[in-house]
Amino acid sequence: MVDLVFADNVLRFRDDDVVSDPAVTVDAFVDAVSGQPNASAVRVEPGDDARALLPHLDRLALVEVNFPAYTDGRGYSAARILREHGYTGELRAVGDVLIDQLSHMRRCGFDAFVPALPISADAAAKAFATWPEVYQKTVDGRTPIWARRHPVA
Amino acid sequence: MYQYDNYDQAMVDARVDEFRDQVKRRLAGELSEDHFRPLRLKNGLYLQLHAYMLRVAIPYGTLNSRQMRALGDIADKYDRGYGHFTTRQNIQYNWIKLDEAPDLLADLAAVEMHAIQTSGNCIRNTTADHFAGAAADELVDPRPYAELLRQWSTFHPEFDYLPRKFKVAIIGSETDRAAMKLHDIGIQLVKNDAGEIGCRFYVGGGMGRTPMIAPVIADFVPPLQMISYLEAALRVYNRYGRRDNKYKARIKILVHEIGADEYRRQVDAEFAHILTLGLEPPPAELERIKGYFANPGFEADLPDNVDLSDPDFALWVDQNVHAHKQPGYAIVTISLKPAGGIPGDASADQIRLMADLARDFALDELRVTHAQNIVLPHVKKADLYTVWQKLDAAGLANANLDLISDIIACPGLDYCSLANARSIPLAQKISERFADIGRQREIGELKLKISGCINACGHHHAGHIGILGVDRKGTENYQLLFGGSEAADTSLGTIIGPGFNEDGIVDAVEKATDVYLAQREDGERFLDTYRRIGVAPFKEAIYG
Amino acid sequence: MKILTGNDLPSGDVIWWTGEGWSRHVDDAVEVGDEAQALIAREDAARRVNGAYVIEATRDGGSVRPAHIKERIRALGPTVRLDLSLKPADPAAGTWVI
Ligand code: SF4
Repeated sequence: MVDLVFADNVLRFRDDDVVSDPAVTVDAFVDAVSGQPNASAVRVEPGDDARALLPHLDRLALVEVNFPAYTDGRGYSAARILREHGYTGELRAVGDVLIDQLSHMRRCGFDAFVPALPISADAAAKAFATWPEVYQKTVDGRTPIWARRHPVA
Repeated sequence: MYQYDNYDQAMVDARVDEFRDQVKRRLAGELSEDHFRPLRLKNGLYLQLHAYMLRVAIPYGTLNSRQMRALGDIADKYDRGYGHFTTRQNIQYNWIKLDEAPDLLADLAAVEMHAIQTSGNCIRNTTADHFAGAAADELVDPRPYAELLRQWSTFHPEFDYLPRKFKVAIIGSETDRAAMKLHDIGIQLVKNDAGEIGCRFYVGGGMGRTPMIAPVIADFVPPLQMISYLEAALRVYNRYGRRDNKYKARIKILVHEIGADEYRRQVDAEFAHILTLGLEPPPAELERIKGYFANPGFEADLPDNVDLSDPDFALWVDQNVHAHKQPGYAIVTISLKPAGGIPGDASADQIRLMADLARDFALDELRVTHAQNIVLPHVKKADLYTVWQKLDAAGLANANLDLISDIIACPGLDYCSLANARSIPLAQKISERFADIGRQREIGELKLKISGCINACGHHHAGHIGILGVDRKGTENYQLLFGGSEAADTSLGTIIGPGFNEDGIVDAVEKATDVYLAQREDGERFLDTYRRIGVAPFKEAIYG
Repeated sequence: MKILTGNDLPSGDVIWWTGEGWSRHVDDAVEVGDEAQALIAREDAARRVNGAYVIEATRDGGSVRPAHIKERIRALGPTVRLDLSLKPADPAAGTWVI
C-alpha cells in the first residue's frame, strides 16, 4: 500500500502525479464526452448521480467529490459506487472534510483529500489508524473481521 | 448470549480512545461545539435541560448480570444513583459530566458495552423482541441476526451521515413485541413452505411528526443475503432521502413520496449489483454467532407446576409471567411502573438487585423491553416464588404488566430539551388514579403511552390511549389520541378533540375507561371496543 | 428583563450570567441589555459556557422568574425529583415552575 504523502496541498495515498486539470461538473463532463473527449477531471456535487460517470471511467484521472457540509453523506456512496465499478484514478474528497471523517472516507475509496481547513499529515495519519480492524468489507481492500475469523484455507 | 472476541473488544476500546481525544480537543478549544456536537451524539452524549445525558446501547435489549451490575455501579459513580430505561431498549443517565464521559465509556467497554451510534444521523442500536430465545411462540431466534446486524452497522463508513437517524428492529415470531412496523426497517424472520428461513423487510415505518406503518418491501430475502439487502436499502436512502428539510428526511418520507414500488425497484437494482461484491459474512460467521445463543443451560425434567396458594403471588404470576418454550421455565417481566413512580427509572440498588436475580435465577440474562420494563427470560417455575419475594422486598413486584398503569412515558419537559410539556407527572397521576389493581385488572389490557412532544419517543401514536404534550402559549397542554397499536395489529391513533390541562387529561382517561366498561362485549379489550363503536360515544362522555 | 443562560462546558450544569461570572442560581442573574451577543461570543470563546442564549425573565425583589416554563424547570431541576433539584428541602418548589 502506498504511504500517505502530502503534495501540492493534497493529502494522498497515491504515488502518481497530482492531477491539476480543472475539474468540470458532471453535466459538463458527460456532455463533453460526446462532443470533445478531453476533460479528465470531474467534480461531483452531493446531488449528482455518480452513476452517470460509469460509462466513461477510463477517461477519468481525477474525480473530486465535494462535501459542502460534512454532515451530508451522499459523497460516501458516490465514492463507493465509482470504486465498485472499477474506477482506479484519483478520488479526492474536498470541502468540509474534517479529521473525524477521514478514516470512513478512506474506507469508501477516497485516496486523496483537500480539506477546506488544512489538516496536518501527522494528524491525518493518526486518524487513518483509528480502527485497528473493521467489520465491513468495502472497497479499500481491508480484510473484514468476519474474514479474519474464518480464513479461507 | 453473545460474547466479544478480541476483535469486538478492540473496536470498543478504540472508540473510547477516539472519544477521549475528541473530548480533550473540545475542552481545549480545538473543536467548536458545532463540530463537536455530531461527534458526541454518535457516542450518545446529549446536552439536555439540566446536564449532559448519556444513552448507553443495550444491543437488541439483551444483557448479562455482570453488565447490568456495571450499569448500577455507573449510576452511582458518574450519575445520581439512578438510570432511565427507554423505549429504545437502552438506558440513559441524566447527570453526566463531559470530562468524565470518557472514563464512563471505558467502564462500559470493560463489560463489553458502549454508547456507539445511540444518537446521530446513523444506524442506531438495533432493537428486537425482548422475549427472543424464550418465547413459546417463537419461530426463529432473532438475536443471532441482530448481532450480525450490530457488527455490520458499527462504524459503517458509508452510512454515518445519513439524512436522518435510522432504526432497525427484528423479530422472529408472529406476535410483534418490538413495534417492528414502526421502524425505518423492520425485519420479520419467517419460514416459507419449504421450511427455509427468510427475512421479510418492512421499510419506511416510523412515529414522530408523520407517523407511518411500514409497507413490505421484500417478502423473503435469504438470511445469508440480509446484509447485502440492507446495504442496498440504505444506499438508496443515503443517496435519495431528502436533506432539504429535516422533518422530511426520514426514509418513511422517501418511500411515501416515490412509492413502495419505485423504492423496491431501486433497491432491487442496487441489491443485484451488491450481490456481485461479496460483502456478506460467510455462513460460518452466522453459525459462530448462533453458537452463543444456543441452549443457555436449560435443565430437563423440571416440574411444570407452580404453587399459587399465596394470592398476591398468584396475581403477579397471572399478570407478569409468560409461557416459555422450555418446559419447567417461565418468562418474568419486572414492571418498572409502581403507582406514582417514574416509568422506566430504576435506582442503582434496584439495578444491582435485578442483576443478582438474573445471575441466580435466570441463567444470567436480562432484557430491556421497549415498554420500559425488565425481563428475566429464563426462570425455573420452581424459583418463581423466591424471585417474586425478592422483587417485592425491593418494590419491584408491581403486578400491572400491560394494564393501564404500565405506562410508557418519555422524559418530557422534566429532562428533555426538545419537550413541550412534562410527561412523567401525567404518568404519575394516572397510575395513582388507577392504583387499585382490582380495578386495573377489570379494565384489562390497555396500553397508555405519553410523549412530551411530537418526536414521539413515548410512542403516543401507538397507544390504545396516547397522550401528546403540546405548548399552548407557554402552558402545558395535552392532546388525547385513541386507537393506536404497535403489536401485530399495528395502527395509528387519532386525536379525538381539543386538548386538556394536566388534571383534565386524567379525568378524560377515566371517562374513556368508563365508556369502555359500559360498552364492551365479551373478551374485548379497550382497543377492540373502540374499534367497534368508534370515537363518538367517547367524545360524548369526555366533552359532552 | 433579559438574562443570559447556558451550560457549564465540562459539567453541563445550568448556569446564569451574574454580570461578573456564572452562577448555578437563577436569582443571581442580571439584565444583560445590549451586551448579550458580545458576552456570548466572549464567554463561548473562553469555554466558560456552552450554548449560551438570552431569555425573558422578571425580577421580584430577590428572585428572578424566567418567562417560559422550560427555563423555570432548568432553573430548578426536574419537578419529579425535587430531591435532586436546587431546592431539595422545599416541597412547594414544584409549584413555582407552573
Ligand atoms: S418525545 Fe419529545 S419530549 Fe419526549 S423524550 Fe422525545 S424529544 Fe423529548
